Amino acid sequence: MAGHATTPQEGLRVDHHFENPDQQYQSAKLGMWVFLATEILFFGGLFVAYSVYRANHPEIFIFGHHFLDKNLGALNTVILICSSLTAAWAVRAAQLKQIGLLKLMLVLTMLCAFGFMGVKAVEYNTKWKHGLLWAGSYDPHLEHDEPAIEIATEGELLVDGTEVAAEVVSEAQRVGDADLVESEVVSKSVVVQDQTASPVDRSNIAPAAEGPAGLARSDEGTMDEHAIAIEPANAQTFFSIYFLMTGLHGIHVLGGIGAFLWLLMCAHRGDFATGHFTRVDMVALYWHVVDLIWIYLFLLLYLVE
Amino acid sequence: MAEAIEAPAGAGPVDHAPDADNYLTHGKGVLSWLFTLDHKRIGVMYLVVILASFFLGGVFALVLRTELWTPGTTIITADTYNKMFTLHGAVMIFLFIIPGIPATLGNFVLPLMLGAKDVALPRLNLASFWLWLTGATVAVASIIIGAVDTGWTFYTPYSTSTTTAVTAMTLGAFILGFSSIFTGLNFIVTIHKMRPEGMTWFRMPLFLWGIYSTAIIQVLATPVLGITLLLLVAERTLGVGIFDPALGGDPVLYQHFFWFYSHPAVYIMILPAMAIMSELISTFSGKHIFGYRFIAWSSIAIALLSFLVWGHHMFVSGQSGLVNMIFSALTFSVAIPSAVKVFNWLATMYKGSIRLAAPMLYALSFLFLFAIGGLTGLFLGSLSTDIHLHDTYFVVAHFHYVMFGGTVIAFLGGIHYWWPKMFGRMYSERWAQVSALLIFVGFNLTFFTQFVMGSHGMPRRYYNYLERFTAYHQASTVGSFILALGFLIMAGYLLHSLVSGERAPANPWGAATLEWETTSPPAYYNFAHEMRAGDPYDLDAMRWDPATGGYVRKDPSSVLASTGETG
Repeated sequence: MAGHATTPQEGLRVDHHFENPDQQYQSAKLGMWVFLATEILFFGGLFVAYSVYRANHPEIFIFGHHFLDKNLGALNTVILICSSLTAAWAVRAAQLKQIGLLKLMLVLTMLCAFGFMGVKAVEYNTKWKHGLLWAGSYDPHLEHDEPAIEIATEGELLVDGTEVAAEVVSEAQRVGDADLVESEVVSKSVVVQDQTASPVDRSNIAPAAEGPAGLARSDEGTMDEHAIAIEPANAQTFFSIYFLMTGLHGIHVLGGIGAFLWLLMCAHRGDFATGHFTRVDMVALYWHVVDLIWIYLFLLLYLVE
Repeated sequence: MAEAIEAPAGAGPVDHAPDADNYLTHGKGVLSWLFTLDHKRIGVMYLVVILASFFLGGVFALVLRTELWTPGTTIITADTYNKMFTLHGAVMIFLFIIPGIPATLGNFVLPLMLGAKDVALPRLNLASFWLWLTGATVAVASIIIGAVDTGWTFYTPYSTSTTTAVTAMTLGAFILGFSSIFTGLNFIVTIHKMRPEGMTWFRMPLFLWGIYSTAIIQVLATPVLGITLLLLVAERTLGVGIFDPALGGDPVLYQHFFWFYSHPAVYIMILPAMAIMSELISTFSGKHIFGYRFIAWSSIAIALLSFLVWGHHMFVSGQSGLVNMIFSALTFSVAIPSAVKVFNWLATMYKGSIRLAAPMLYALSFLFLFAIGGLTGLFLGSLSTDIHLHDTYFVVAHFHYVMFGGTVIAFLGGIHYWWPKMFGRMYSERWAQVSALLIFVGFNLTFFTQFVMGSHGMPRRYYNYLERFTAYHQASTVGSFILALGFLIMAGYLLHSLVSGERAPANPWGAATLEWETTSPPAYYNFAHEMRAGDPYDLDAMRWDPATGGYVRKDPSSVLASTGETG
């Protein structure tokens, strides 16, 4: 676009309707930028939905985000940022006709993308197991559901909650997964809805460390930042938005994997041996936007507070 | 697909013999059309499928009007009636009028006006045509699965609870949306990167300004519709609850999302019509366009304002009074650039030597009908009158005066204007005038009565009505059949012209834009030389040439680029 350095590509085959390689390259570049603008607007609808519900019902988001694993989210953020680096490096390699390096960078980028999807799969799987799904399928539960909890009185809840925590901890120790403790305990507390809570309590914006139901305890390290009061009304909205946004983003990641695979085939075929790098440049631009959108998703969904 | 690439540079003979190689004869067989990268063939294919959609939507409309001949049941049940008006709306909007002018005339004319060989991204152009076909197939398939009865706006919560094929129809519209986005994207890039020597932004033909403004809206608004329809599909298939109050969602949010696209979308429909108008008025008034810069900027102004007025569709949906007031004021501001255009067209006609050829008849119809459509928009933009007129036939009439009286009429004008260029044949001028007259009369009879009905309180979308509205409904129905007769005649003489029409000269109208510098129909490579653009409205540069029966440039070298031969 304006201000972009003119980069003549000697190896570019000029299509019949262009006057010179630069015009062709600049057209592709402008087209890509316009396309990326449409992508931003496409996601924009979801960001608006997020903003509207967040502004009207902040408690839903404060509550819901406890169920997302910040560590896995952060890991995915790091993975994607690394992949953006390798994508940019691939462009440079294509410009310098370093085909070996280009292939390496493309493979690394794809590996990062697969890694991202793998982590995402782990996260989705946990949500699935706990029934923390979009509104229509929202049905929070433990794997080993204990109906006693749902009918427990407030006094018994504390005791029962402790029991559960101990049980999960032991199971987690067996599996060797510390994250499980948090998610199990947290999701357990969802089951115990306090039906008697007043509307004021339900719309608590910043829940106290000691929740009204006494479920959130400040004395245990793992529970500290996961202090939850009571499940607010319509908590499922958070998970609807979570799955819509990350799902649409995931589809874009899959698209990116396809595009990098295509580039790899082009590179293998020798298309870039002449210093023709437009395609690599375009796919990398797309990838950066996918990366950028994730960063916003991470901030808005995982790090609400 | 390879033909465009392999052809030797510098090919593209412009032979003035009528049977010379041209884009229509270059390559034979169905596949040479379906997989062509040539913008002209893609434009013609769009013309065929889009006019077929218009026919389909028109049949639905006639069924509606026939049903409304009497109160109660006339020919169809109430349920079928609900499906008919939904299909009429959805087909006309998503399949016909949104892609209409840009995809057909835009594709054909835009690169020619730029003196270019093609749009910047020909493969994307073909892809967007195929997306259109796919989307249209899915949308039409929904009729068989279970025709939608929600109205073309698919308002929630009814659209998420009805058992009809809302999912198929909205997926169809979603795919059609991407077709529209890619067309717009292509035009933006083409206009930015492929203007010829001498064509600065303010020496572009105004048609290009209109198409460019349209493209901006297509690119910026359509993705929002895409995500909205996707949310609707997710709502129906998964139950995400974003728009479902039972699950904590907000149905009015759907209306905001929908109209954030669909209000700009009406400018996607009208701006290309205005783009055609500027060409027609100047050419057939034999005068340089008046107020070029104002018309150009008003297109951009309409494009930008179009994003700020969507709330006027929700005056009675529970918006706050302050928001209503702001949207009302912003709605009024759209009248300014619209009026700027109309006044400039009138000023162009003033003291011109007006030729009442068929395209100009449509241009004059447009001025008359668009003025009524635009001004009644102000009634609906005012809060107090809108409360009374909301959801009545007044809205239906206003919308049709703008979309049919504006867009479709200008589209017809454009088709008549560029028909000789597209197919190298002249149509029967006399029959064209008859049909233009029938359409004008039929249109006004159909829709003016609806203004009256609406202001008397006849609600839109109703199957039944009070006895006292019978006369209006019957007049409206008679009008719709006169309208249909006009279109039937048009189909007749246009098809006839393809077979036995008189050969068209390169420039039958004396216009000075670059598309008239090539043969009719254009050569496969459009131009034999690199072109140079001068003033697109300098009609004095043309003179009548009795030998060819058309106009020629007094100084032909003035439009040839200094670089000389192609390639």
